[in-house]
Amino acid sequence: MRRAGLLLLALALWPGATLAQQPLRVVAPFHVESMEPSRDGFNFTRMGVAENLVGADDGGLPVPQLAEGWTLSEDRLTWRMTIRAGATFHDGSPVLAEAVAASLLRARSKPGPLANAPLTSITADGPRVVELRTSTPFTPLLAFLAESSAQILAPASWDEAGGIRALIGTGPYRLVGFQPPFRFEVERFEGWNGGPRPAIARAIYESVPRGETRALMAESGRADLAFTLDPAGTDRLRRSPRVEVRVMPIPRTQTIKLNAGLPIFADVRARQAVSLAIDRDGIARGILRSPGAAATQFFPPTLAEWHVAGLAPLRRDPAEARRLLAAAGWTAGPGGILTRDGHPFRFTLRTFSTRPELPVVAAAIQESLREVGIDMQIAVGVSSDIPAGHRDGTLEAGLMARNFSQVPDPIGTLLADFGPQGGDWGAMGWTSPELVERLAALGRTTDPAERAALRQRASAILQAEMPVIPVAWYDLRVAISRRLANVSVDPLELSYRIAAMRWVE
Amino acid sequence: MGGVARALLRRAVQAALVVILVSALCFTLVRILPGDQALRIAEGRYGYDRVTAAAADAVRAELGLDRPAIEQFAAWVGRLARGDLGASLVTGERVVAEVAYQLGHSLMLALAALAIALVIGPILGLFAGLRPGGVVDQAGMVGAAALRAMPVFALGIGLMLVFGVALGWLPVAGFHEAENIILPALALGLGLAAASARVARDATVAVTSAPFFRFALLRGLTRAQAVWQHVPRNAAVPVLAYLGVQLALLVEGVVVVESLFGWPGIGHALSHAIAARDVPMLQGTALSLGLIFVALNAATDLAMIALDPRRR
Repeated sequence: MRRAGLLLLALALWPGATLAQQPLRVVAPFHVESMEPSRDGFNFTRMGVAENLVGADDGGLPVPQLAEGWTLSEDRLTWRMTIRAGATFHDGSPVLAEAVAASLLRARSKPGPLANAPLTSITADGPRVVELRTSTPFTPLLAFLAESSAQILAPASWDEAGGIRALIGTGPYRLVGFQPPFRFEVERFEGWNGGPRPAIARAIYESVPRGETRALMAESGRADLAFTLDPAGTDRLRRSPRVEVRVMPIPRTQTIKLNAGLPIFADVRARQAVSLAIDRDGIARGILRSPGAAATQFFPPTLAEWHVAGLAPLRRDPAEARRLLAAAGWTAGPGGILTRDGHPFRFTLRTFSTRPELPVVAAAIQESLREVGIDMQIAVGVSSDIPAGHRDGTLEAGLMARNFSQVPDPIGTLLADFGPQGGDWGAMGWTSPELVERLAALGRTTDPAERAALRQRASAILQAEMPVIPVAWYDLRVAISRRLANVSVDPLELSYRIAAMRWVE
Repeated sequence: MGGVARALLRRAVQAALVVILVSALCFTLVRILPGDQALRIAEGRYGYDRVTAAAADAVRAELGLDRPAIEQFAAWVGRLARGDLGASLVTGERVVAEVAYQLGHSLMLALAALAIALVIGPILGLFAGLRPGGVVDQAGMVGAAALRAMPVFALGIGLMLVFGVALGWLPVAGFHEAENIILPALALGLGLAAASARVARDATVAVTSAPFFRFALLRGLTRAQAVWQHVPRNAAVPVLAYLGVQLALLVEGVVVVESLFGWPGIGHALSHAIAARDVPMLQGTALSLGLIFVALNAATDLAMIALDPRRR
């Protein structure tokens, strides 16, 4: 009792001891098992511990980060990145081009987007310039450099075997405590010169696997920023005086991947019929509780450059679906299921429950398809069943959620998904030489008008051919404590933007 | 003290059997589970947005997953015989180090839950049993039935809503401050307490209607003195025996409670290891849970021997 009294007295006499001293608490579902950039690096990028050479703005366009600027050679093969003057690592050592090059070379040797970029060399040219050469012109390189596994760490971060020993980055916050897989703590790094001095002095990241728990932590004031809340939980949170709930469309699309190598899906009319049968509005309203989430095309409006305003929107039209199927040779069979040459229109859709909405959406699609005479079975497993089925050829269809902002320019994901051989998370048994060529051309050219035309054409091809059917766009739901000011939510989820926040006076 | 030696020997044999069975089962079950192991491990490492067949192939080559199963099993048994549990396939950390950290957290939680079960349950049971059919007894009956019937998950959410959100007394989740343990321990312990309360109540009724209790009153002891002298020790035997049987509930509940409250324990690590097909971690965590179970049972045996002279 006496000690508590003394403590209260001390707090009352020391005005600075209240809000400003408190750590900001972030909760999200992601575990932090290791400091290895290629594994859990995104958590440290988001918390402002590590920086990349390049960042991205809300629309995914590259902005300076640890590189204060860059130039591209005339032949578009050589990038020269100039490191921010006076930048230092958290151990106090200056950021030299040599260390940056070593960091990038290491990232390139690990699984991640950088490993797939057509880089031929990464070298230091003097203390402040890093030179990257590509074998072909590759304009999305800047976006690849913004991806979290390409974060820049000090040479002292690595042990002799090349493993990570400590996370020594250059960001506005430095790592001061790490308790894998649930928690780490950061503190303002006074040597950071990438912007105004952050007002928040300390922050804690906690991984809380269950959405219900995260919502309750925000509601009870034990979390200041709670990310990735489920739609049901946010209704309740909206009534809480402590928090503001923000719903942000993010560049993640729920898609159905079809095996176009199967006789049932080889005909484009069958793929279009599946798309026409789906009740996207019903799914968006009833399951995702976000009316604007019904996908009208592959890319959500968040991706301003890629979303094509003039594209005829995807719609629901069961009658048209039936007509297309009839034109493709399908006739009514036993039990209302269509048949052709004695074979029923039947397939299995694989999906997974890591994203709890997916099995529910699958059930809604099953019902819609049944109305047009397609018998779809659902197999709920794990996410890797989809790439596994792609590889061994057993996948018939898969429902998934594809992230287009891991590399902030969606071209990174598109090149992986719609290449000549398709992709683990993209096309299967389908390829379009025109699309492959347009995507490659996008990598070569820097002319804005030409790029816009190429993107439009790529979107139009996907919309017409339906190798992968868009179902819904995603929202990121965040609960924000009303004690925090200057909060902005990054739709690309590259950063939690803590450095810009402050406590309400 | 032959009883003690016998009890310990029996539990030691049980522990050895647990080690052999759990390891063989983990190894086999992971192979039977659907899905490609290398892909699952790659997913555990890099997140599913990044998983590709190429990443899985790299994992397969690195870990030698395409070797014949029998060869992998033999290698693993060889290591186990030397006391080496190997390294996690996902994080690369030594299993012993990871499990030691998580085991500490799980043990703390389990012991706190047991303490709740042992303190709240028998005391309430005692009061209920002293006046069978009274208000305490009837309320206890309803409360115990409700607590026992409620899934641990729902009970946990309810505790969070009441003590975390509505009253704001305790943190909803987390593990870093001392007070963080209270809600998960209650979620885990209240069910056990409910059961032990009912057993203690019945035992109290039995003791207070036994001839030796009436004789104690005849000897001139007050009722309070007689209760103090005879009830706790006599009632403790069935309560402990019952708790010993219910320990499986505790081990089971740890998995749910730890995930719900974001508690970095063995139960959470176990479910994570299954999802990621991380065989060494799965074996390490399952072994720990199995051995905790045996150790708690051994402790129950010893406590029973200490309490009940007939067992010596």
